[in-house]
Amino acid sequence: MYITLSDRPAASPAAPVAGRRRVAPVVVTLGLVSLVTDISSESVAAILPLYLTAVVGLSAISYGLVDALYQGVSALVRIGGGWAADRGGHPKWVAFVGYGLSAVARFFLLFSTGLAAISTVIAADRVGKGLRTAPRDAMISAATPPESLGHAFGVHRALDTAGAAIGPLIAFAVLWWIPDGYLTVMVVSFGFAVLGVALLGLLVPDRPVVERRQDRAPVRWREVAQPGLVRLLVVAGALGLVTVGDGFLYLALLDLGGFAAHWFPLLYVGTNVVYLTLAVPVGRLADRRGKAKVLIAGHGALLAAYAVVALSLDATASTLLVLLLLGTFYAATDGVIAALAGRLVPDELRASGIASAQTVVALARMASSAAFGALWFVLGPQQALVVVGGVLLLALPAAFATARGLDLDAAELP
Amino acid sequence: MSQRARVSLFLALVFVVVSGVTAYAVGSAADYRETHERTPSVPTVSHPDQDAGTSTGPRILFRHTGIDESYGRVGAVSLDDPSGPRSFSDVSCDRLDATAEVTACLRTERGVVTTYSLTEYDADWHEQQRVAVPGIPSRTRLSADGTLVATTTFVSGHDYMQAGFSTATEIRDVGGRGHGDLERFALVMDGERVTPRDRNVWGVTFADDDTFYATVGTNGETHLVQGSLSARTLTSVADQVECPSLSPDGTRIAFKQASTRDGRTWWTPAVLDLASGERTVLDAERASVDDQLEWLDDHTLLYGLPREGETGSTDVWALDTRGSVPPRLLIAQAWSPAVVRP
Repeated sequence: MYITLSDRPAASPAAPVAGRRRVAPVVVTLGLVSLVTDISSESVAAILPLYLTAVVGLSAISYGLVDALYQGVSALVRIGGGWAADRGGHPKWVAFVGYGLSAVARFFLLFSTGLAAISTVIAADRVGKGLRTAPRDAMISAATPPESLGHAFGVHRALDTAGAAIGPLIAFAVLWWIPDGYLTVMVVSFGFAVLGVALLGLLVPDRPVVERRQDRAPVRWREVAQPGLVRLLVVAGALGLVTVGDGFLYLALLDLGGFAAHWFPLLYVGTNVVYLTLAVPVGRLADRRGKAKVLIAGHGALLAAYAVVALSLDATASTLLVLLLLGTFYAATDGVIAALAGRLVPDELRASGIASAQTVVALARMASSAAFGALWFVLGPQQALVVVGGVLLLALPAAFATARGLDLDAAELP
Repeated sequence: MSQRARVSLFLALVFVVVSGVTAYAVGSAADYRETHERTPSVPTVSHPDQDAGTSTGPRILFRHTGIDESYGRVGAVSLDDPSGPRSFSDVSCDRLDATAEVTACLRTERGVVTTYSLTEYDADWHEQQRVAVPGIPSRTRLSADGTLVATTTFVSGHDYMQAGFSTATEIRDVGGRGHGDLERFALVMDGERVTPRDRNVWGVTFADDDTFYATVGTNGETHLVQGSLSARTLTSVADQVECPSLSPDGTRIAFKQASTRDGRTWWTPAVLDLASGERTVLDAERASVDDQLEWLDDHTLLYGLPREGETGSTDVWALDTRGSVPPRLLIAQAWSPAVVRP
């Protein structure tokens, strides 16, 4: 195996190194890149519906279909980003292209009128997001000793989510100040995007993950398909199929009458706040107890969230509890699965491995949302959740049985 | 480049970006204040006691969209002289409908968390009830006697990774409670009860205090449905009808007919005769009309169109349903017209 970092200790996750609490500076820098980039993307995403209907003058129904399509494109591009990062050995520059593409898209958004132009620009932005995710996670993985991976990803995701929570607040503050200031929000968004790209380009060291050989072997998917990773893909994919989008849970809560409709946007903020608060502690827990165990236990929090909605006890209490449980679910899964996947393949295939896991989860969740939508209309929200929750309840012990093996696999590969 | 140089370069860039963005924002804030302090460029009623019949007589209420100090407020013109002087209320609405006794007003409530509301006002603009609605205002209609109000709003997933929009359409008792989302009503298509997964309802128009018409969108197609509030059913009566509006004599439905032009949806005003099923497409209007049409009288339709060269401003046009007479500009700088006959 190629040596990634000279200072990488060969300790297993079962034997945490005491006193190692700080994460590598590059993880924090990448977290800040994500923070400003998320401010950029979320500020525009928050006002886009209003902008399309109030200024561009479009009925926005058709936008939903287009948007769902881009989600799929983004998931598939992710694999390409991971492959390119491993193939060239320069994940930073693949990520840079991804961040750069999104920044360029924001620039063109300033001049776009009409749904077609705006859709194209948003598609470019999504492609950029798809490209950059796996290389960036591979860099976090490369810069971190295995026993601190959960912690490092926790720090990154906390910063990332903070940006996602701040973005909409900035956007609506601007519109409060300048009621027709949609273009101002887009200028602000472009500014943040430029800062994100500059921060990555200037302050993240370009340290190739693998020392470059004269003639580099192409990435072989057979090598990516390590038994451990395949097992993770199967488990994560299966769990993804019973993961209902949080939008559905919020709608079910709205149906119960737990809150007035105008609080709806705040539910996302609430979940994000819980997520960013718990990301680091849960990541550290994953380092101590095993990442696969925490990943699968996180789905227990999801199951509990289904149960709370399905039981429909006190509406206000249910709402708060669901936000808490969903935030916990994200904290235990989003960063943890990247941390785990990066350890289940050889170092030089890390971005591809992470990308595979993320793509499988994204595609499974899309399929699940489509299927759940159908169930929702046939059975009603609560019964539909009982059905999905029942399947998840049956799947959890089986998934948990694989966790120990996965954590051992992760420890075995150097 | 040394690390120190890189940090300096980054900090310099932060300075440039922050000052550039701030300068732009301050400039557009100043522009906004300046344009929204102007007096309206259209004729206005100077004294409330000489209101030219705009507050009590037969009149048209609308959202004023001149970029000036009255932007967004509810304006009124006399039905006898729609291009004549207008008066303003202190109330702002995105969409409105009115009878002699009630005005229903959908509004975006701006704030750090932006919310949306339906407010009901009495004839003297006293607020009677305000309720939250789940999304961006799109349509509102009152029943002829002012006892029922329907609202359609666009609900959007707020999160970056949440897909898309849907509509939420609800009917409420004016001054009372809601009857629930129309998506939950039993849907009967071609005589059969169906439960499609994707189903959106929008654009209600009332026939009486139980019967109404609306559009149901499912599987990429739109249908005109007749609804019953008491039976909680929606029954399909025609295809390809969006945003219906029942004529004052109750015999015809005015709507927007969708087609595709240059890959975009294009809406042409049209009229459906309910008894014969005959459709008349009013292609004398050359622009795409994305509005719920309003009947001025038994043979004239009103709707808003964007005002050329003035983003954010609109005009209300009138179109004859009987022939190919070109539409005429009825009320400049106006949107969401509501004809009131006391």
